[in-house]
Amino acid sequence: MIQLHAIRKVFNAGRPNEFVAVDGVDLTVDFHGATALKGPSGSGKTTLLSIVGCMARPTSGRITLQDREITSLPERFLTEIRRATFGIIFQQFNLIKGLTLLENVMIPAYPTGEQYASLKKRAMGLLDLLNLGAKAHAKVEWLSGGEAQRTAIARALINNPAILIADEPTAHLDTRLSREFMDIMRQLKQEGKTILIASHDPIVYQSPVIDRVVEMRDGRIIAAGEAP
Amino acid sequence: MNAFEKQRYILDLALSSMKRRKGKNIALVAVYTFVLFLLASVLFSADSLKREAALILQDAPEMTIQKLVAGRQDLMPTRYLDSIRQIPGVQSVEPRLWGYYYDALSGANYTLMVNKALNDHQGEILIGAGVSRRTTADGPPPRLQENDLLPFKTYDGSVLTLNVKGLLPTTSELVTADLVLLSEPDFRKIFAFGPDLSTDLILRVRNARELPTIAAKITQLHPDTRPILRQELLRTYEAVFDWRGGVIILVLAGVLFAFVILAWDKATGLSAEEKREIGILKAVGWETSDILLMKFWEGTTISLTAFFVGIVLAYLHVFVAAGVLFEPILKGWSVLYPQFRLTPTVSVYQVATLFFLTVLPYTVATIVPSWRSATIDPDAVMRG
Amino acid sequence: MSVPRYSDFFFLFFLAGILLVGLMFLDTAISGRIDRPLREERRQLVGALSLTDLCLFTEARYTRHPGMADLQTPFQDHPLALEHFPSGSLVAVPAHLRRRTGSDQ
Repeated sequence: MIQLHAIRKVFNAGRPNEFVAVDGVDLTVDFHGATALKGPSGSGKTTLLSIVGCMARPTSGRITLQDREITSLPERFLTEIRRATFGIIFQQFNLIKGLTLLENVMIPAYPTGEQYASLKKRAMGLLDLLNLGAKAHAKVEWLSGGEAQRTAIARALINNPAILIADEPTAHLDTRLSREFMDIMRQLKQEGKTILIASHDPIVYQSPVIDRVVEMRDGRIIAAGEAP
Repeated sequence: MNAFEKQRYILDLALSSMKRRKGKNIALVAVYTFVLFLLASVLFSADSLKREAALILQDAPEMTIQKLVAGRQDLMPTRYLDSIRQIPGVQSVEPRLWGYYYDALSGANYTLMVNKALNDHQGEILIGAGVSRRTTADGPPPRLQENDLLPFKTYDGSVLTLNVKGLLPTTSELVTADLVLLSEPDFRKIFAFGPDLSTDLILRVRNARELPTIAAKITQLHPDTRPILRQELLRTYEAVFDWRGGVIILVLAGVLFAFVILAWDKATGLSAEEKREIGILKAVGWETSDILLMKFWEGTTISLTAFFVGIVLAYLHVFVAAGVLFEPILKGWSVLYPQFRLTPTVSVYQVATLFFLTVLPYTVATIVPSWRSATIDPDAVMRG
Repeated sequence: MSVPRYSDFFFLFFLAGILLVGLMFLDTAISGRIDRPLREERRQLVGALSLTDLCLFTEARYTRHPGMADLQTPFQDHPLALEHFPSGSLVAVPAHLRRRTGSDQ
């Protein structure tokens, strides 16, 4: 499990535009469940998510992953841990334009130097799973919203991470695609993955897939939902 | 983790990246190749000419003796021969008769030289290929061939017409292009040399080590003379081509430097698109060092391409196309160009120099400024 | 059938480059051998005619025979050094000089 102790994140510290995004958060996220971070924009969900996912360092506080403290690890180790443990789905999908679906999915695994043949096989497997196999060699610019979303999911899964993090995944999707997304999350949860989603979309946090809802406002947790 | 495979992946992405900005990268490669092409051409030509001079002039007379007056060359009294011949170690001393003739019609300077073999063939001359090709203000007349006539204005105002007996071999143009070989009486008629005057003396010795001693003795005997050793001649030629190559290399190095600055500038000002890509890569688990490696491969691809293409083109330019672009500069502004094909010579030293002068600086210029962008925080993408 | 990776092209190109450079050196070696008799011929001619300079810059006496130039002339590095002239590096022969009749140079 992941534990956060007294996490604080301040942007532009000391300057006139100083901004406290996360203000003293304690949180424990157990593995093998789906948690939703609910709250309006500006509540600090995204920042908290990026701290959990080892993408940003907190200004103060401690993070432990499986009882191992990772707060002050040097970048290299942190990146390795992040690569192996977390798969991240961004709000804007953030696929690299001009590259094919296959390339986009494989990129997070490049630094590991894995054998090309096996990496490609795994990537194709993921694309097939998400019904994108036929478009593997198409450029990402030509995808529809739903296809881009599924590509982003495939990319997040390439390194076989234990935890999947999604930031407002349904922000650019219609109802049908939003439900489709939650369905994919259900399947992944069944396979044993831990899911952490930040969203203010009811389709997400009211979905039966979610085991626990954590509410945030103004950088603080105001309601930590029941753990199953 | 396989380090080689990882580099391949990064290279894949670097090339893919560059392909998406095809126009800019092609322009960069083109300019860079051109600069390298010029630099390499200069290097190859100058080096090759230097080598040629050193080889061909190996049998030039070991010592040439000039007479000087007020620091300038004066005609040599032939009687000096007698005392010089007596110096121990001297194998032979002979007078040389040669001079410059300016042909007003073609605007070219010919070198007229007496050849003993022609003394029995007065009125006949042997000419070099450059003389044969001479042009006039109205355009090129037909080449001079055997049995053509060439008029010479003499110093007493009359005209001496001489018959072309033959041409000097075209393979020797590098040393004979402007030569006109003639008999001694004809020479003296054209240039009004007195019977006891020559242009200079040439000297051959038995043992080359004695040259300095002999030279010293000659200056003792005749303080108004200047002996010139063959070694000094060759050193002059080394200096000429080094100097000349040097100026051009200086200019080109300046261009290269400007180009590297340009590359640096481009690398610091990464486009928004490139910055976004780097952000995404960091977000999905690439480290700063991986990003820098990618930049390294980008820079290396461009500079290696420019290097190979530039060098090969330069080689073809200098040794197959006879350096057409450089001809006027390197061979001087003569009205008469000797036409010759340089023997191809490249040394590992040249190639290595070019490599380190070009590939290394460019790669550095691409990586170092990318540092700032490469260290971008991964969560910036989340927030962006 | 797998699509060739970009790095494959890079390696191919690199190999081709090395090959071409190798050919250059080969050409140097071969041509050196081929041209040897020609060089010999030129050397002998130089010896036979007692020549002292390459026929490269025929426009003036201190350029045609740089090996034997005067002691005090323009474009010398040092009064005691033999002289050379930056012929043609910068400017071509002015047209009016080419049309002069009579005098030399």
